[in-house]
Amino acid sequence: MAVADKLDAREFFFGHKACAGCGGSLAVRIALKVLGERAVATLPAGCMSAVGFNFPQLAFTNNAFISPFAATASVMTGLEAGLRRRGETDYHIVGFAGDGGTADIGLQALSGAIDRNDNIIYICYDNEAYMNTGIQKSGLTPLGARTTTTPGGSRSRKKDMSAIIDAHGIPYAATASVGYIDDYIRKVEKAASIKGTKYIHVLAPCPTGWGIATDETVEIAREAVDVGVWELKEYENGIWTTNIEPKNPDRVEEYYARQGRFRNTGRKTQNG
Amino acid sequence: MQSERLYPNPAEIPNSTAFKAGYLVTKNAGWRSVRPVIDAGKCVKCQQCYLYCPDGTISPEIAVDYDFCKGCGICAKACRLGAITMIPERGDADA
Amino acid sequence: MRKFLSGNDAFAEGTRLARPQVISAYPITPQTTVVERLSEFVEDGSLDAEFIHVESEHSALSCAMGASLAGVRTFTATSSQGLLYMAECLPYAAGGRFPIVMMNANRSIALPWNIYGDQSDSLSQISSGWIQAYAENAQEALDFALMSYYIAELPEISTPFMVNLDGFHLTHTYEVADVPTQSQADDFLPKYETANRVNFQTPQNFGFSAGPEWNARFKRNQHEAMLNVREAVAEAEIRFAGIFRRKYGGLVDAYRCDDAEYVLITLGSISGLCREVADSLRESGVKAGVLRLRYVRPFPDAEILGALRTAKAAAVLEKDISVGHTGVIAAHIPQAKLNVIGGLGGADISAEHIRSIFAALRDGEEGLKWL
Repeated sequence: MAVADKLDAREFFFGHKACAGCGGSLAVRIALKVLGERAVATLPAGCMSAVGFNFPQLAFTNNAFISPFAATASVMTGLEAGLRRRGETDYHIVGFAGDGGTADIGLQALSGAIDRNDNIIYICYDNEAYMNTGIQKSGLTPLGARTTTTPGGSRSRKKDMSAIIDAHGIPYAATASVGYIDDYIRKVEKAASIKGTKYIHVLAPCPTGWGIATDETVEIAREAVDVGVWELKEYENGIWTTNIEPKNPDRVEEYYARQGRFRNTGRKTQNG
Repeated sequence: MQSERLYPNPAEIPNSTAFKAGYLVTKNAGWRSVRPVIDAGKCVKCQQCYLYCPDGTISPEIAVDYDFCKGCGICAKACRLGAITMIPERGDADA
Repeated sequence: MRKFLSGNDAFAEGTRLARPQVISAYPITPQTTVVERLSEFVEDGSLDAEFIHVESEHSALSCAMGASLAGVRTFTATSSQGLLYMAECLPYAAGGRFPIVMMNANRSIALPWNIYGDQSDSLSQISSGWIQAYAENAQEALDFALMSYYIAELPEISTPFMVNLDGFHLTHTYEVADVPTQSQADDFLPKYETANRVNFQTPQNFGFSAGPEWNARFKRNQHEAMLNVREAVAEAEIRFAGIFRRKYGGLVDAYRCDDAEYVLITLGSISGLCREVADSLRESGVKAGVLRLRYVRPFPDAEILGALRTAKAAAVLEKDISVGHTGVIAAHIPQAKLNVIGGLGGADISAEHIRSIFAALRDGEEGLKWL
């Protein structure tokens, strides 16, 4: 079956005001096309809620809610319990939080949800900074990247969310990239088939924040995987499996060089 | 930009922050400085452009919704056959 | 059935009878025993609900919002630092028009640390858009648990409801209270129905942004719904009296105010002692009255004016201070020229203290006074 045939032909995130070439909006769009009309989306403060919910321009065609910034996972827990109590079946509770909403302010609530093993799909769209507020450093900003609060390049390494998540003993976790859309689609599908908490961390470049052209989003997301900066892997039964081996690990410098955020900072990157 | 749909009238304003899903009153065409043009002769409908479009403005049948396309150019890069060309807008993007 | 219950126990009994379907809570003294009771009810099957062990108060209320958005009746409880930790979610739940009921065990707020009762916590959140009520005793606490759901869930109200119980003085003090039967409670409280919920047939987007051209409309809707609470309370209390044979008097409880010359305005569990003092003053010829505020949101301004009709002077006795001004309640009542701050951090308020307030009123004292 062609990968596109796995998707609902309808668009569920459409007419939004994301910047042209936004990787985050692609991650949200595709996940909803996998999950279909019975997905209930929760989005905290962040790019995707800011661009999707400007009354009366409402860009989600399924049920969707903006949660408090720190509370994506907690709202999802309540939604899941409430719908189950109403006797609903065959629905998906999906969350889309950015890197800051996940690894920083929303980490505690996410930890609580995984601890309870609530039946939810949590998707972190990682654009590696607080892009909605104008490109400030988050816990997932990589070493050396310039943001508006790290004008000389970030001095700290990107948090290892995979390790944090797997330490909870989650039923399913995966990393993904909007540059490898087939792999991402397969992972969202798989998450939808597993009971308990699922976590997918998808690298979603931001042309505005990364200093790339709007047509380079997908390319750079693919290159991150190919040079080995972003590993595609999934976690099941306590074991991580690598899905796609880096093709060009020797070209990592090119990956950094083509992004404005790493240029002329004079600071080293995570890879040297 | 003129919108096809009207803003909700005051009687329609909800009490809570809850309103019809997928209610669109503005388009995004005005954002565009270039537009994708598909060469039907070269297109084999591999759907890569459909899959990678962040705005969902290319249908599975490979028709572009120019009301909402922002002209990012991801589709042109995703096309392995060079069937999509980005051409400059002439200033009538809202049409 | 009459039972010997603490205020928290009584509230838990009332909540059980209201049949919430999702309860999410995080422990904090002196709220703990109410959620302990509820988790026992869930465990022994006498309450058919999900009890969700959240990792913080912020998540407790967020989880309750999620469940309310799914269309089910929800409950949470907190106190003091916990209420402040969830503060972001208070206006959020109110603006989203989620009729969540929350019990707050009134407690002092840090710094300095103190686990005892005063009303600084809830009164600091008076503008959050929640209905706020204050119970005086265990029976009223139990009755509020039922009435709060009825009022909050009326479609024209759709507003969350915070019921306050004085920490320890009420939450941990045992009294006899009548626990109604489940069938009585079911007669009183209809099943929760709302259009403000996830619906797969008619999907909606919730919790959206509303720019300058729309924003005030939503806030005004909230304000008008809150003003409608007065009428809803009256309706709920008539219905309540019909089923449970207990009567309440609306937003305030005016005691001997009809001809009173000196009125003490207060709220919560101290009111009983204030009435005793008023009685003894009456015996010595002083026309004393006590006005207990049962609700502070909506604020009972008309009721207060009515109760002060014959008053020469009025004082507000409250357990909070809006630092740099007066107590929060006194700031609402320009007619009361004397504001007495007492009971902070659980300090005792004695009959002698209350007599001194009436004496100060008779002496024409005004301004702020610390007990």
